[in-house]
Amino acid sequence: MIAYIIRRILIMIPTLIAISIISFIIIQLPPGDFLTTYVSQLSASGETVDQAELEALKERFGLDEPLYKQYLKWAMNFLQGDFGHSFEWNKPVSELIGERLSLTVIISICTILFTWAISLPIGIYSAVRQYSWMDYFLTVIGFIGLATPNFLFALVMLWVSYAYLGLSIGGLFSPEYAEAPWSFAKVFDLFKHLWIPVVIVGTSHTAKFIRIIRGNLLDELRKPYVTTARAKGLSETHLILKYPVRVAINPLVSTIGWTLPELVSGIAITAVVLNLPTTGPLLLSALLSQDMQLAGTFIMLLSSLTVVGTLLSDILLAWVDPRIRFGAREGL
Amino acid sequence: MPPLLEVDDLQVHFFIDEGTVRAVDGVSFSLEQGKTLGIVGESGSGKSVIGQAILRIVPSPGQIVNGRILLQVDEKENLQQQTLDLVTIDPRGALARSIRGSDISMIFQEPMNSFSPVHTVGSQIMEALLIHSDVSKAEARNQAIEMLHRVGIPQPENRIDAYPHQLSGGMRQRAMIAMALVCRPRVLIADEPTTALDVTVQAQILALLKELQEEFGMAIIFISHNLGVISDISDDVLVVYFGRVMEQAPVKDIFDYPLHPYTQALLRSVPGIDTPVRTELATIEGTLPDPLAYIVGCPFYGRCTECGGDSVCRDQPYELTKVSPEHFVACPRMCIKL
Repeated sequence: MIAYIIRRILIMIPTLIAISIISFIIIQLPPGDFLTTYVSQLSASGETVDQAELEALKERFGLDEPLYKQYLKWAMNFLQGDFGHSFEWNKPVSELIGERLSLTVIISICTILFTWAISLPIGIYSAVRQYSWMDYFLTVIGFIGLATPNFLFALVMLWVSYAYLGLSIGGLFSPEYAEAPWSFAKVFDLFKHLWIPVVIVGTSHTAKFIRIIRGNLLDELRKPYVTTARAKGLSETHLILKYPVRVAINPLVSTIGWTLPELVSGIAITAVVLNLPTTGPLLLSALLSQDMQLAGTFIMLLSSLTVVGTLLSDILLAWVDPRIRFGAREGL
Repeated sequence: MPPLLEVDDLQVHFFIDEGTVRAVDGVSFSLEQGKTLGIVGESGSGKSVIGQAILRIVPSPGQIVNGRILLQVDEKENLQQQTLDLVTIDPRGALARSIRGSDISMIFQEPMNSFSPVHTVGSQIMEALLIHSDVSKAEARNQAIEMLHRVGIPQPENRIDAYPHQLSGGMRQRAMIAMALVCRPRVLIADEPTTALDVTVQAQILALLKELQEEFGMAIIFISHNLGVISDISDDVLVVYFGRVMEQAPVKDIFDYPLHPYTQALLRSVPGIDTPVRTELATIEGTLPDPLAYIVGCPFYGRCTECGGDSVCRDQPYELTKVSPEHFVACPRMCIKL
């Protein structure tokens, strides 16, 4: 198992290098370098360009040097946590991403917990009581959740809460806390706002999970080992939770790793609608305004998270499923 | 003294959208302690459902619609009587569960699929002990190791932590037997336990079952389509066709003096060791009747070569007739002759 993990981590290195080259090429794609863009932006707004600052930036990013040297410099900086400079915001990228990333992670983790807490019991119920009226009812609700785009759901929620409840539910903080330093009250305020994006983003995931759990479990319920457990004298609830559910959720456990990149980009449009200070809207605006250092950092971050997430998924799957851990020779 | 297990006019029907499937349609037999009853029949003859009905685990939409399954029970809490009719108890209730796996247990055809793939063999064996007897985990583990040793698994103290896919087919079936026997049941239902195994392993498993039967004194209901296996292990044989018993007799009589044309046809279709190579195997023409059909008379009517389409066979209501003290046959023409 440990040898397997080490091997997988070693394989990740060339993958990440390849990704970084592609990210760098994307950063370089717009005509001219980003200083040209910066200068033209400044002169367009009538400001003069400080020649000394320009030289300093040129020096910092090695713009006079050949492309491969620029890449090496960029990559080395990236490794040291210097992600470059956002010319749109005129701030270091790391500073821009920092707080937004932690808020995004909080929302995403809550969403994952919400999704599992709701979908697991409903999925199990739907499978065990297949074709009961409750199963049909939950299925219909699930399909509505699956079919409604998140941003539309967010708009509806905003409108309903504003028109009928007189509440403004946008953002993650009440106005009085938005700029305030972190305190216990601010955290409490955060959780008061948090459930809205969690419910909105979680709904479609929940609907999808319910369908997957129901489908997997229906397959498993017909397997002979369930009959074996029943013949042993196990109670029905106990045996369903212990055997088929355990096998049925394996594929889902392995998807936890894949949600890592979604942490950063997944809820972009919903976040724009709800005015959430997360990374999604930042990525969107970086792409729209060709803020390439910022966008490149995001691409690199997303790709790295995808690679790490895949590794996590594989480790998790090996951990929950002995057939993978020990390499099953005979298929089920 | 009444027999250990007595099944009387058992009827299990499956109610599906297209109609009613009479999977078991009036089966009766009794089973003495330490004896083996072989139930032989083609695929779809309803033989497995008989086993499921005794354990009360007939899958939905199947239902026991008639009959009695009388089991002699030891004194259990809240239970005074000595004879318990398994048909009348709640299949999901505590009483049914306390019988399942403890008084009556079952082994299955596919040892790979009959174990959960994600739990160790040991934990699945120990589970039965932990449900039915008041033992500690350590004690259950010891008993499980002992049982694995007893069924001939080498290095049981290591194998107990193996997952099913890490064992060979024969080992898995041995582990399955260990799981079924770990609570010392008085009745073991073996549903095609050797079908998925190589012939040499089959023989080992049969020998093991006979050995364990002698040691533990349990009764076995052995369900198989394989006449060779049935002749090897059974004391009495039930020939089942279309959910009905066609012939019932001690194993010697079934193989030496088969009376029912169906039994005779089955025996003819078995190639012997002395059958010359490249002889065409004898088969039974036709297939089982439509499972949804309700047949009054002999279900073998139409495939039978003996009666030649005699309408008596088609119209005479099904009845199992005694032809000698232990030999019963359900063939209208045969009965008329006698």
